[in-house]
Amino acid sequence: MDLRFTDDELAFREEVRGFVKSNLPASIKQKIVEGRHPGKDDIVAWTRILNKKGWSVPHWPKEWGGTGWSPVQLLIFNDELQQGGAPEPLAFGTSMVGPVIYTFGSDAQKRRFLPRIANIDDWWCQGFSEPGAGSDLAGLKTTAKQEGGEWVINGQKTWTTLAQYADWIFVLARTDGTVKKQEGISFILVDMKSPGVTVRPIQTLDGGHEVNEVFFDNVRVPLENLVGEENKGWNYAKFLLGNERNGIARVGISKARLKRIRELASLHVYGERPKIEDPLFRMKLAAVEVELKALEMTQLRVIAGERNREKGKPDPASSVLKIKGSEIQQATSELLMDVVGPYALPYQSEREDGDRWNEPPVGPDWASTIAPTYFNLRKVSIYGGSNEIQRGIIAKAILGL
Amino acid sequence: MNFDLTEEQQLLKDSVTRLLADRYSFENRKTFQASPDGWSRDLWRQYAEIGLLGVAFSEADGGFGGGPVETMLISEAFGKALALEPYLATIVLAGGLIRRGGDAEQRAALIPSIASGELLLAFAHAERQSGHDLFDVGASAKKDGASFVLNGEKGLVLHGDCADKLIVSARSAGARRDKAGIGLFLVDAKADGVSRRGYPTQDGMRAAEVTLTNVRVEPKDVLAANGDALPLIERIVDEAIAASSAEAVGAMSEALDMTVDYLKTRKQFGVPIGSFQALQHRASDMVVALEQARSMMMLATMMSAEENAAERRKAISAAKVQIGRSARFIGQQSIQLHGGIGMTMEYKLGHLFKRLTMIDILFGDADYHLERLSKSDGLIG
Ligand SMILES: Cc1cc2nc3c(=O)[nH]c(=O)nc-3n(C[C@H](O)[C@H](O)[C@H](O)COP(=O)(O)OP(=O)(O)OC[C@H]3O[C@@H](n4cnc5c(N)ncnc54)[C@H](O)[C@@H]3O)c2cc1C
Repeated sequence: MDLRFTDDELAFREEVRGFVKSNLPASIKQKIVEGRHPGKDDIVAWTRILNKKGWSVPHWPKEWGGTGWSPVQLLIFNDELQQGGAPEPLAFGTSMVGPVIYTFGSDAQKRRFLPRIANIDDWWCQGFSEPGAGSDLAGLKTTAKQEGGEWVINGQKTWTTLAQYADWIFVLARTDGTVKKQEGISFILVDMKSPGVTVRPIQTLDGGHEVNEVFFDNVRVPLENLVGEENKGWNYAKFLLGNERNGIARVGISKARLKRIRELASLHVYGERPKIEDPLFRMKLAAVEVELKALEMTQLRVIAGERNREKGKPDPASSVLKIKGSEIQQATSELLMDVVGPYALPYQSEREDGDRWNEPPVGPDWASTIAPTYFNLRKVSIYGGSNEIQRGIIAKAILGL
Repeated sequence: MNFDLTEEQQLLKDSVTRLLADRYSFENRKTFQASPDGWSRDLWRQYAEIGLLGVAFSEADGGFGGGPVETMLISEAFGKALALEPYLATIVLAGGLIRRGGDAEQRAALIPSIASGELLLAFAHAERQSGHDLFDVGASAKKDGASFVLNGEKGLVLHGDCADKLIVSARSAGARRDKAGIGLFLVDAKADGVSRRGYPTQDGMRAAEVTLTNVRVEPKDVLAANGDALPLIERIVDEAIAASSAEAVGAMSEALDMTVDYLKTRKQFGVPIGSFQALQHRASDMVVALEQARSMMMLATMMSAEENAAERRKAISAAKVQIGRSARFIGQQSIQLHGGIGMTMEYKLGHLFKRLTMIDILFGDADYHLERLSKSDGLIG
């Protein structure tokens, strides 16, 4: 047992850290550090900077732009980017549809889509959830029927993150209604510009626009946009969700937020002393740090165990990472609420591009994002398989209950 | 021991509940919130008509002689409906200061028009640096002949943007964090030297930042001239904590009701999600949290009239801690048990969660009151 990184890994960390430091545009970094939402342009710009370096899809196979890094290197890379204030990559492309395409897609699909994902020439969104099919995803009702040499898609998706920017959506649709529900689903790629696709915004409780409803009304899609085999879509979806493991714990993001909490808590904003000198607050902060340290170690153990596992098979340990990671993210947002105090109260909306209005802020200039972040992060224990569903997986897959 | 309401109190509860059920659907609330005031003047008039605005004042002053229990009943109903009107600001805070701190002439001049709904007030007390410390007052009141001249900045003035008059705390003596030397002054919101910046708050209510530049106050508008207003401020803030505890209990019970309804109707895997034992137990824990909160709301209500300030403040802090904790648990879990739909602006639940979050921040959050309580001689004994 040795908890230290090797010299090579340490050197690699320095390299990544240095790259982020000298290449991440300051304006983007500032938004992330302040808890504002990066705009589409920010994500595109940063992805292209990474792609130029050959780092936009490091976990992919080498022939499609991957780096061949070890799992530990990938972990270090993600951690450094998250801690360095970089926007998260658009996971729908790089971690979801990309791996599905290079694992199950046709050669034509690989050549057509993978380079464009790596350079974010296409913006992808995920069309899985429906009003009636959330945790019970296999209960989905959207249909795809073959008609005149095309797929014709009808139905509705919901909670579709950032569909307002999307060029493409990957859809789970029912192609056989006569069999067990998991066995009649297919995985289809749909151009968002197709006639019959309508996107309607859903405002989240923090006032932001990150999710949408997407309607399909007789949308015609070429047959070749089916990924893999017809009616095998559920397997690909399970593969995709299992793949999210990389970075699911968001350790780097929580580390960055704790660092910011310490900084802000050191300012003397109100009351008798800076918040950091308040013993009760310090104990709460330390308690979250303990949880995060434990999670970081757990994540390293999972990654180390990866070497011995069958490739591509979901690991129930990722449920441990998801549950704890989401709880810690939420806990950090509560600590920020403690730091800001009463000036969490004013509501000051953000512009679409993430810049503030010209008016000076009400209260400290860093205060306005704190309550919205707390509200918004309630989502992390709901999406990507809710924490209740994750507990069910642990009970079944780890404990055999 | 008696937790029963009197016949009049039951009538009051029924009438406010009925009015809000008729007029305060969540859809209507959205309309009120989008209007220029951010709340409904029409409903404010109706509150006056059925006596809600006057009930807490004595009959001699032009009210109906009610007390904390009446305020609790009204606040709980407002919490359930997420009412946006300036009840806490005008009636509980500023109205309370006048009720307990005004002289006979001031009470006679103001209370009838408060009770009739014509006069809106706000309490301009907190400042950028004061946090939860009620004694932290930097604004100054300089004597000039018989009058005073006020200077300073006030922040987070609840419903300060629509108020006709402000009750401003300012210091005539002492350093910023001294307990002595604070006075209360009645200022016309449109007076020379008063500027206001109104804004919405996270929970959809309204507040304002207020700047005072050489604002003249005549002797008749001085509420506590001797510079010893802190005990009065503490007392009224304790009453406001009791009232907002009731508002929180109303919001919590609504969140729980909505969640239980949803557990019964939302189906996944072919069954109502309420059939999953994990969710049943969570909902049961929410019931426990709500009952504990409701009990402490009652304690706060009864103790808000206690003359012994030390005993009163202990009970109020204890209630604030329990309410804050229950509200956090119920708010978070009600969203969790709803899944995605709980995260949306279109649905009432998220707004209950936001209001509950902001009530915890108002007048000192749970940690602040826990610390205060830990420095007392103990709650039990
Ligand atoms: C901000 C946000 C972004 C999202 N982005 C996307 C996206 O881009 N694409 C996409 O396809 N989807 C997306 N989702 C959808 C997300 O995956 C679903 O919200 C999630 O699967 C839960 O489904 P639901 O909302 O229908 O809740 P439900 O499944 O109805 O769950 C309601 C409650 O019941 C519980 N529950 C359900 N089943 C069980 C059970 N068997 N045992 C115990 N408890 C159970 C849940 O944990 C939850 O507490 C997003 C959601 C959010 C909030």
